[in-house]
Amino acid sequence: MSLSSPLPPRRGLRAWLTSDTPASRFQARLGRYYATWRALSSNPLTLLGLAILLALVLVAAFAPWLAPFAPNDQDLANRLAPMGGLHPLGTDQLGRDILSRLLYGSRVTLAIIVLVAVISAPIGLAVGTIAGYFGGWVAAVLMRVTDIFMAFPRLILALAFVAVLGPGIDNAVIAIAITAWPPYARIARAETLTFRNADFVRASIVEGAGHWRILMTQIVPLCLGSMIVRVTLDMAGVILIAAGLGFLGLGAQPPTAEWGAMISTGRDYMLDQWWVAAMPGIAILLVSLAFNLLGDGLRDALDPRKRRS
Amino acid sequence: MPARFLRRLISFALTLALTLFGLLAVTFVIARVVPIDPVIALVGDKAPADVYAAARAHLGLDLPLWQQFIIYLRDVLSGNLGSSSTTGNPVLSDIAHTFPATLELATYAIIVGIGLGIPLGVAAAVWQGRWPDHLIRVVSLFGYSVPVFWLGLVALLVFYARLDWVGGPGRLDIAYDYIVEPWSGLLTVDAAAAGEWDVFWNAVSHLVLPVALLAYFSMAYIGRMTRSFMIDELGKEYITTARVKGASEARVIWRHALGNAAVPLITVVALSYAYLLEGAVLTETVFAWPGLGSYITQALFDADMAAVLGGTLVVGASFVALNIFSELVYAWLDPRARMK
Amino acid sequence: MAQDTLLEVDGLTVRFPSVHGPIEAVRDISFAMGREKIAIVGESGSGKSMTARAILDLIRPPGERIARSIRLDGTDLTRLSPRQMRQVRGGRITMVMQDPKYSLNPTMSVGAQLYENWLIHVGKPKRLSRAAGQKAVLEMLEAVQINDPPRVARSFPHELSGGMGQRVMIAMMLIPQPELMIADEPTSALDVTVQMEVLKLMDGLVARNGMGLLFISHDLPLVSRFCDRVLIMYRGRIVEECRADRLHEAQHPYTQGLLSCLPSYAQRGHPLATLSRDAGWEVAP
Ligand SMILES: Nc1ncnc2c1ncn2[C@@H]1O[C@H](COP(=O)(O)OP(=O)(O)OP(=O)(O)O)[C@@H](O)[C@H]1O
Ligand SMILES: [Mg+2]
Repeated sequence: MSLSSPLPPRRGLRAWLTSDTPASRFQARLGRYYATWRALSSNPLTLLGLAILLALVLVAAFAPWLAPFAPNDQDLANRLAPMGGLHPLGTDQLGRDILSRLLYGSRVTLAIIVLVAVISAPIGLAVGTIAGYFGGWVAAVLMRVTDIFMAFPRLILALAFVAVLGPGIDNAVIAIAITAWPPYARIARAETLTFRNADFVRASIVEGAGHWRILMTQIVPLCLGSMIVRVTLDMAGVILIAAGLGFLGLGAQPPTAEWGAMISTGRDYMLDQWWVAAMPGIAILLVSLAFNLLGDGLRDALDPRKRRS
Repeated sequence: MPARFLRRLISFALTLALTLFGLLAVTFVIARVVPIDPVIALVGDKAPADVYAAARAHLGLDLPLWQQFIIYLRDVLSGNLGSSSTTGNPVLSDIAHTFPATLELATYAIIVGIGLGIPLGVAAAVWQGRWPDHLIRVVSLFGYSVPVFWLGLVALLVFYARLDWVGGPGRLDIAYDYIVEPWSGLLTVDAAAAGEWDVFWNAVSHLVLPVALLAYFSMAYIGRMTRSFMIDELGKEYITTARVKGASEARVIWRHALGNAAVPLITVVALSYAYLLEGAVLTETVFAWPGLGSYITQALFDADMAAVLGGTLVVGASFVALNIFSELVYAWLDPRARMK
Repeated sequence: MAQDTLLEVDGLTVRFPSVHGPIEAVRDISFAMGREKIAIVGESGSGKSMTARAILDLIRPPGERIARSIRLDGTDLTRLSPRQMRQVRGGRITMVMQDPKYSLNPTMSVGAQLYENWLIHVGKPKRLSRAAGQKAVLEMLEAVQINDPPRVARSFPHELSGGMGQRVMIAMMLIPQPELMIADEPTSALDVTVQMEVLKLMDGLVARNGMGLLFISHDLPLVSRFCDRVLIMYRGRIVEECRADRLHEAQHPYTQGLLSCLPSYAQRGHPLATLSRDAGWEVAP
């Protein structure tokens, strides 16, 4: 394709990155990242999603400096204040500044996302690659367990777990993670099955590499791409479930500023002070939307079939 | 051929049995790790040791775990889910009273979701890159991103409190309560059967908002999947054959392409219905809808474990039932699956 | 030949937009044929299928068809409304496609697919009964030498072998008794053993119904035995037209090149020749 294109010869870093004949493995890898980044950044919606998430991280990190008030400072004389003025997004029923609570709430949201991803993705990856690589009765058992967990409605299962473990953020995280891994296991297994009999795996076996070594160095890295896409897309759902648990009063406990719980308290004032419940909802919507946008973009960028067209 | 079909049936039945067994195992484990001591709940924490031990033996808690599990299995299979500590009724009869409310909500929602989602998805596939395509993308993106309970609150605020177009929370206005004898538990059906049209229309006005809300989510999901299945099918060679035959474009799209896209769509619809049953938990809380979702959440707060687990089990079992259903319809729609 | 011209294509171009500017898959080709067997041969990508699809007005947007005229028995197909064109498609011109595994609808029974074609072109216009249609379907299956037509009519495409599938396809396309049949590599997906059977069958049916046949292939020896005349396509153009039995006398260097690439007993032991292309070939002689 580039052979016949009348472009002038390329020079510099970009040419090095986009070279068809990389001289080293390092160059090839960087080149691949660059190609992915190019594909990602060509879609403005993906960039928007990325920007929102970046903002989320920054806000979470700098919440104490960004927030005009402490999240739990009560100003009882100024309860349910409307938007504008001293409190840009108004105050809640205890006179707490909604903007500040939203900014601090981003920490809770971020923590939940990261913890769920860190717990559930490795579980799913392990179950799926092991089932896919070894096959036979190992796969039968593992995938049956996966199917059973898939058969449960996610939110209800999380509810049941929280009921047992007691309400609270940590338990909510555990409950969500327990319900989140099965789809990852399925994906990892499907991916593994496509490489299991590939020549490079055979070659490693011939070279005498052990099963674990092959799993860790050959199979797992190849599964990562589709896992990242799936986890990213899933995080939107995780945020919604976490917020749902918070809304039901089973997630973060008061007075923690958590967006779902904030909607729940704002609910009683919906008729006249709509912003108390509306603002946290918009925050949830934004972050979850960002994950969906980024996930869609990643899928397009990492899916080789789409990249070629 | 019949032998193969039989094998398939047996393996399918085995899968189901295993899944149900797994479901029960999970609920059983949950019930046993629960920090609430059911004995104390029964006899109080000041009971003497011998009374405590007797109550414990009565509940079967002194037996080894596997025996307890078998007893649990036997109970559940004979329809005994224990009794609710709050309502005092058998959990099963509580669920029999609340489940129809959820079913009514989810069923109307899925009907609307299919009715809008499939045509929208087809239009998006046929006019790729044009406005129906963009519409379905925006609709589904929003649907995947918005918290359902929040959207429900906003909808209540706008359409009930401000505009007063629809009925508010609950299934009926108080004035219409207890007029219709429940028979199916689906209020619209019962009211229509009894000829109580006032009740019927009141029930409809209360249904509109939660149904619209849930239907939106299933429409987003079904529409998006329809779109991608239809794009796949429309690119296939048999579509060209249909055009070569001189079939009208409408026939090519709706009979040929959708006829084939319907096969994978069945699974999507079943899944979407299952999600609705689940989504009902949060929606019911917002709309004070006396369904299974409200029952489970209420039981959660009352630490009524028998009720929570019974409800969980019923929702899980509905998932399994939907699975069976979609498998059967799949085999009916796809001649290739009939043989394998 | 002039008075019994069946199809006359004049200045047909098929164009697809692309990022590098428009691609012309077919470039300004013209040819005429009577009720005879005419072949289009050429390498992969030379535009054979696109020519066939353009005649049937089946180029999907963003591709476009441009033609001065495409006359079938005097009617200019380019001037027909989409509705009128649908009457022509499948009714007066039909097309048998390459692989019955993909070109038959997998979820419709064979009988239903044949019946659909009958209904569109025979049943509806003539207001015939359903029973008449079912009878016509079975007769047609019989005519393509299928044993036990009722059973095959009830079966689904995945239950048929390749040869059977192509017979079904031919039966389906013959139901409205078309004047022209296009066959786009109808045997290349089939086993060698059934290829000849299907070809013979098609040959007989074409002769019996007095149809014209536009046969697309890249098999030169086959074409020279089976057809009356041959059109050679190269890069979207017809570069040569000759009688099938005179193919070895072809003038154009591309045709000669193609012929010399065929393995033959006389050249056993020598490496097979390959085509070395020449930019001048694209210009019509
Ligand atoms: N949708 C499209 N967009 C752009 N170009 C296309 C499209 N479809 C076909 N083409 C181009 O049209 C040209 C002719 O294709 P065609 O299918 O007619 O070839 P063919 O002669 O039938 O080859 P084969 O022997 O492989 O069937 C090809 O070179 C192809 O690149
Ligand atoms: Mg072709």
